[in-house]
Amino acid sequence: MQAPLRPLLEARDLACQRGERLLFRRLSFRLEAGTACHVTGANGAGKTTLLRALAGLTTPFAGEVLREGTLGLLDDRTGLDPEFPVARALAFWFGVDQADAPQAIMARLRLDALAEVPVRYLSTGQKKRAALARLIGQRAAIWLLDEPLSGLDTASQGLVTALVAEHCSAGGIALIASHQPLDVPDMTSFAIEDFALTSTGPA
Amino acid sequence: MLGQLLRRDLAQFFPFAGGGAALPVVFFVAVAMLYPFAVGPDAAVLAKTGGGVVWIAALLAAILPLEKLVARDIELGFFDQLRLRGLTEEVMMAVRLIAHWLSFGPVLVLATFPAAALLNIEGETFRLLILGLIAGTPGLAAIGLIIAALTASLRAGAALSGLLLIPLALPILIFGAGALARQDPASLGFVGAISLGLVALAPFAAGAAIRAAREQ
Repeated sequence: MQAPLRPLLEARDLACQRGERLLFRRLSFRLEAGTACHVTGANGAGKTTLLRALAGLTTPFAGEVLREGTLGLLDDRTGLDPEFPVARALAFWFGVDQADAPQAIMARLRLDALAEVPVRYLSTGQKKRAALARLIGQRAAIWLLDEPLSGLDTASQGLVTALVAEHCSAGGIALIASHQPLDVPDMTSFAIEDFALTSTGPA
Repeated sequence: MLGQLLRRDLAQFFPFAGGGAALPVVFFVAVAMLYPFAVGPDAAVLAKTGGGVVWIAALLAAILPLEKLVARDIELGFFDQLRLRGLTEEVMMAVRLIAHWLSFGPVLVLATFPAAALLNIEGETFRLLILGLIAGTPGLAAIGLIIAALTASLRAGAALSGLLLIPLALPILIFGAGALARQDPASLGFVGAISLGLVALAPFAAGAAIRAAREQ
């Protein structure tokens, strides 16, 4: 799953609903290789729905999504078997993704000491780090990160910022939905509320 | 990737192999063990009715693993992650069907040997019982997978899935147990045909069900 040379993520007049409620409409953006974008919005504004629509996991109400390149999604669901030890649960995804140097990835996310602990015993922040290890092993060109900083300590938050910066400088794309500010160079941002039904459009 | 997925699914469901539980098999043998106590040790009665009891026990044992079969991996985001890697829901469900059957079908057939001894089933009846279970359990697994996927996003899904499986499994039961009563191997052809149809249908039905659950 090597990234293509020019990954691209583009939304055209996207509108999404949850249940019967329209969350946002006429949302358009275009992310080229090497760019990061920060999506802000209150709880329930539709950040997660936007990310899932961009990932192709839900059908948007209107509009279209263009994707070039492999997709990696990080959300509050780790995809790791709760009964298995961290190393074994991650080994499945490292195997599927044919990850380079799984040991180095585990070490970078400080999972070495947790390798034999079953996933269900991990704290929120530790689970997030394990999910990040899965994401890095995937080597996807486009990262969709849903609240990547929540539950993490200061050191790990710095690590996430560094990982995003590295990913973008290597030509990847990152779209990050987060309440916390991220210190990634040259990052654009938009607020999802600007596209809410009650809004007249981006100011 | 499919081989890795099958290995992972088997590790989740296979009895005695870490994650899975041996409960369905224990349940199955327990029914065969209790039946002679309940109806009395009359060898002729046991031989005449025992085959039907084994079939009912097999059907109920197939219900037990349904709770964990699909719902847990939806909650984990496991299917989402596979989807992002280009796997379709139909393929995921086909692999899951194989893993589900392997985790209870062959073990159930093996457990029929002690169960048949307890119930005084032998000769031609025993042969028809074993062949019938080999032909019928893939169908039971397929029905179980469809129902588990359909009810995965419902709150009371586990209780409901047991109730839904019973009427759908009736044709397999009628022809499978009927073959014993009439000593008629031809009935097993029907069991095999029903199973085959269900196995072919299950990945598509279950795949569509988990896609629909994702849209919520």
